[in-house]
Amino acid sequence: MHRSLTRITFMLAALALALVGAACGGGSTSTSAPSAAPTTAPAAAPTAPSGAATSPAPSASGGAASGGACDVNAKISGPYQGEANSLTGAGATFPQPLYTRWFADYNKLTNVKVNYQGVGSGAGITQFTENTVNFGASDAPMTDAQLKAATDKNGPVLHIPTAFGAVVVTYNISNLSQPLNLSADTVGGMMLGAITKWNDPKIAAENPGVTLPDADVVTVHRSDGSGTTNAFTSWLAAANPDWKSKVGAGTTVNWPTGLGAQGNAGVAGEVKNNPNSIGYVEQIYAEQNKMPMANIKNAAGKFVKPSLESVGAAMTNSIANVPNDLRFSIINAPGDASYPISTPTWLLIYQNQKDPAIATALTRMLWWAETDGEKVNPELGYTPLPDALKAKVLPMICSITVNGKPAFPGK
Amino acid sequence: MATIAAEGLLAKSNNRGNLRRRYFVDRLLGALVTLAAALGVALLAIIIAYIVIKGLPAWNLEFFIGHTEPVGVAQGGVGQAIVGSLLMLAVACVLGIPLGIGAALYLSEYGRGAFAEVTQFAIETIAGVPSIVAGAFIWAFLVKTILGSYAGLAGGVALGIIMIPIVARTAQEVLRLVPDSLREASLALGIPYWKTVIYIVLPTARAGLVTAVVLAAARAGGESAPLLLTSLGNDFYNFDLLKPMSALPLIIYKYALSPYEEWHQQAWGAALVLIVVIGIVSLVTRWSVNRSARRLRG
Amino acid sequence: MATMEETTSTASSLLRRRGINPGDRVFRGVMIALSGLVILILVLLTYQLLHDSLPVWQAEGLSFIWSSTWDPPKDVYGALPFVYGTLVTSLIALILAAPVAIGAAVFLVEYAPPQFAGPIAFMVELLAAIPSVIFGLWGLYVMAPVMRSVVEPFLKNSAGKLPVVGGLFLGPSLGRDYLTAGTILAIMILPTVMAVSREIVRSVPDTQREGMLSLGATRWEVIQNAVLPYARTGIIGAIILGLGRALGETMAVTMTIGNSSRQISPSLFTPGYTLASGIANQFNEAGTGLYFGAIVGLALTLLVIAFLTNLVARILVKRTASGPVGATV
Repeated sequence: MHRSLTRITFMLAALALALVGAACGGGSTSTSAPSAAPTTAPAAAPTAPSGAATSPAPSASGGAASGGACDVNAKISGPYQGEANSLTGAGATFPQPLYTRWFADYNKLTNVKVNYQGVGSGAGITQFTENTVNFGASDAPMTDAQLKAATDKNGPVLHIPTAFGAVVVTYNISNLSQPLNLSADTVGGMMLGAITKWNDPKIAAENPGVTLPDADVVTVHRSDGSGTTNAFTSWLAAANPDWKSKVGAGTTVNWPTGLGAQGNAGVAGEVKNNPNSIGYVEQIYAEQNKMPMANIKNAAGKFVKPSLESVGAAMTNSIANVPNDLRFSIINAPGDASYPISTPTWLLIYQNQKDPAIATALTRMLWWAETDGEKVNPELGYTPLPDALKAKVLPMICSITVNGKPAFPGK
Repeated sequence: MATIAAEGLLAKSNNRGNLRRRYFVDRLLGALVTLAAALGVALLAIIIAYIVIKGLPAWNLEFFIGHTEPVGVAQGGVGQAIVGSLLMLAVACVLGIPLGIGAALYLSEYGRGAFAEVTQFAIETIAGVPSIVAGAFIWAFLVKTILGSYAGLAGGVALGIIMIPIVARTAQEVLRLVPDSLREASLALGIPYWKTVIYIVLPTARAGLVTAVVLAAARAGGESAPLLLTSLGNDFYNFDLLKPMSALPLIIYKYALSPYEEWHQQAWGAALVLIVVIGIVSLVTRWSVNRSARRLRG
Repeated sequence: MATMEETTSTASSLLRRRGINPGDRVFRGVMIALSGLVILILVLLTYQLLHDSLPVWQAEGLSFIWSSTWDPPKDVYGALPFVYGTLVTSLIALILAAPVAIGAAVFLVEYAPPQFAGPIAFMVELLAAIPSVIFGLWGLYVMAPVMRSVVEPFLKNSAGKLPVVGGLFLGPSLGRDYLTAGTILAIMILPTVMAVSREIVRSVPDTQREGMLSLGATRWEVIQNAVLPYARTGIIGAIILGLGRALGETMAVTMTIGNSSRQISPSLFTPGYTLASGIANQFNEAGTGLYFGAIVGLALTLLVIAFLTNLVARILVKRTASGPVGATV
């Protein structure tokens, strides 16, 4: 017993030492960071990270390493010597089904375990800023204030779009034979509490020939910070002046009425459970639950069904205005075929990485995701990036550095 | 006191009561309290039945050895959560057992004075700390600063904090049952106190102390709130304590709130795993507590 | 090793003289160090919560606790919706659980044949061993649908029509609200309240019962007039111990309460937050700055409430266990 007590004391001491060691390790890597940051960072103001410029390899100037030049034909074909064998990411629930699939496939290819946990876009941005994860994920771009906070702590941030998806308006009304047509006026009216009955003349006007019940509207919204909420409220704010002045847009807004539910799945569940309710979810959640999806009136005045094609149209029709930092929105895009509540989803990466093994694994994973990985996007209901956008994203991946050198090994 | 109360009652029943009414009330309330006990047992039966019925179909080999896979591609399993739970519990034990038993020993063998009172107070207070608050503390203390990452180690430490007061309080009870005559006999033979504790007191209380640890571990193994903030979860097998780790309660939460029927079923399956383990632990500890209590008292 | 002095002293004074042997000193030092670590953890925890919540106390002062707007986008934080949700769900739990738990305790001590009392108590106490997240899973998929489609419409159509009380049962029945969370909590605290009450009722001396019985009282009259008054303080302590458990319960509540900090409404059919579920939902998102301070402020508030509750409960239980304080005549 005495000996085991000694052992226990020893283990405790070992644990304490391990903690101290970890602390020192963390400290030393973070002290080495600033030395690397200034060399590449000054041009990278929060709104315009370097490498996002139009020419393919602008930031590879210091690239004596083999991967210096950004070869767009580079292919990830297997494991790579010296890369970290695991990565951690957290954030949006919107692309979680996609990422789970991607990273399972990627694990089979390279043995690298990319652990992604859907904790919500808000939490993704926060934990990314706190640097408790290797990458963040969000379907709302970081705001200028968030970007500044993260840049001040860990250097410039890259927004890497991975896919596009639709936020659908779903509802629970019995005896409807066809999808409802809804606009920002009617959806916003219900969400504001101005339209309280399903047989309101405004809704009826958009749905000629449909008999709607004389029932109270129950609205459901997200209770957590969410990129889905950001897309939905951005659309309402863009297309409904009343909404813009009273509520506005953001990952969390002060809802005038309705029920709060946690996560996309929570909203889907509440709508499914409550007769005469209406809510908004990422498309796959409505499909999984076999829930109806409204046709939404777009900027051109057409009612459009959410689909790969209509999201693709929204993307194609707004690609011209994408800024170099790739923080953009395709909400309420022009064009007859555009679905108005479409949104990209991003991975958030620090441009100046500190740990070579992590940086190698991270850039290789990103490269794979943007080249081979995204081939499964349509299968899961997500629209892949168009070539024009990819031409901006790949050089951005090449612009990631580790201690001043390019991080991507080029294969 | 009883007599006075009874006289009052007698006076009451003499004035307006009749025997039949009194018997009726007696039977009615007797039935009601029986019902109350039955309700408690029924609730347990209903909950367990649901978990078994819904969880059993999820059990197969892949469920136990696989890890989270994308829905529609492969079934996957909760193996990484089982491993994560065990690893984090091991860390929790490294923290919880020495501190819990150490504090209990101090209190039972030396426990007088201000320091003992503060220790006792600390144990009682930590016992009342909601587990989510312990998680918040560990996020700020370890995840954000010292470790710089969500990690199984952080989850284990949070669980360890939850274990400390449970181990300490149960161990205190057990050590109190060790008769003083044993200590006295040992001391009378000229054996120093520390040897008396190690060779006499601890072995005598061994079964009870093991029970204390097992009960605490079972309790900590079912915790998910602190892990949400500390170990985050992992879709893959991970044996590295400095990386995020899954755990059974965490995966139940994640799967329960997912949109997939397949994952809902695995959540029930994982719940059944936890229930079976906890059920066995409860039965075994109850048996051993009864036995060792009888031995110590007899 | 042993000095003459030690061998000749009485055993009890021996017990007081430990620490003379150098090994004893080391051993004692280790025990003190381990106890000290336990104290250190509590100190660190309290310090960390105080330190991290400082921004919110600076920004809002103590009014943080009773101001009712929680609006992260505008950086306005008031804890009242969370405090309210915590109190309401815990109260529902107590109202539902206490009569059943006390009844079951009375049954086990006064009615049940001894060979059954043990196993029955064990089974009810097993409820306490079920992890919170499993109660959440069960509550979410089994109980919430029943609440939504059966219990809540029934309450709305019966009690909902009464004046005053009816205000508690207004609005659409959702099944994810204060009432559902409170009911799940009731099941979770039932074993705690029952186990402690059972000990308390058992500690009532038999002379109390015998005195009544000899005067011809029925069994229930004995319980009502001799047992329960004697055990009253202790049972209140047991209930408050249950309250302590309900206040801090996280996962089961998070999964059933609906998570909304919108506004405080008297209806029990309103989705809300408790302090614990608010932390679980928003902690990872809060990061730094005032929002994080506010979340940690919630944690600190919860810690203080739980601490005070447990303190009161312990005092009450100890008082009863240490002697007759109950019915003073």
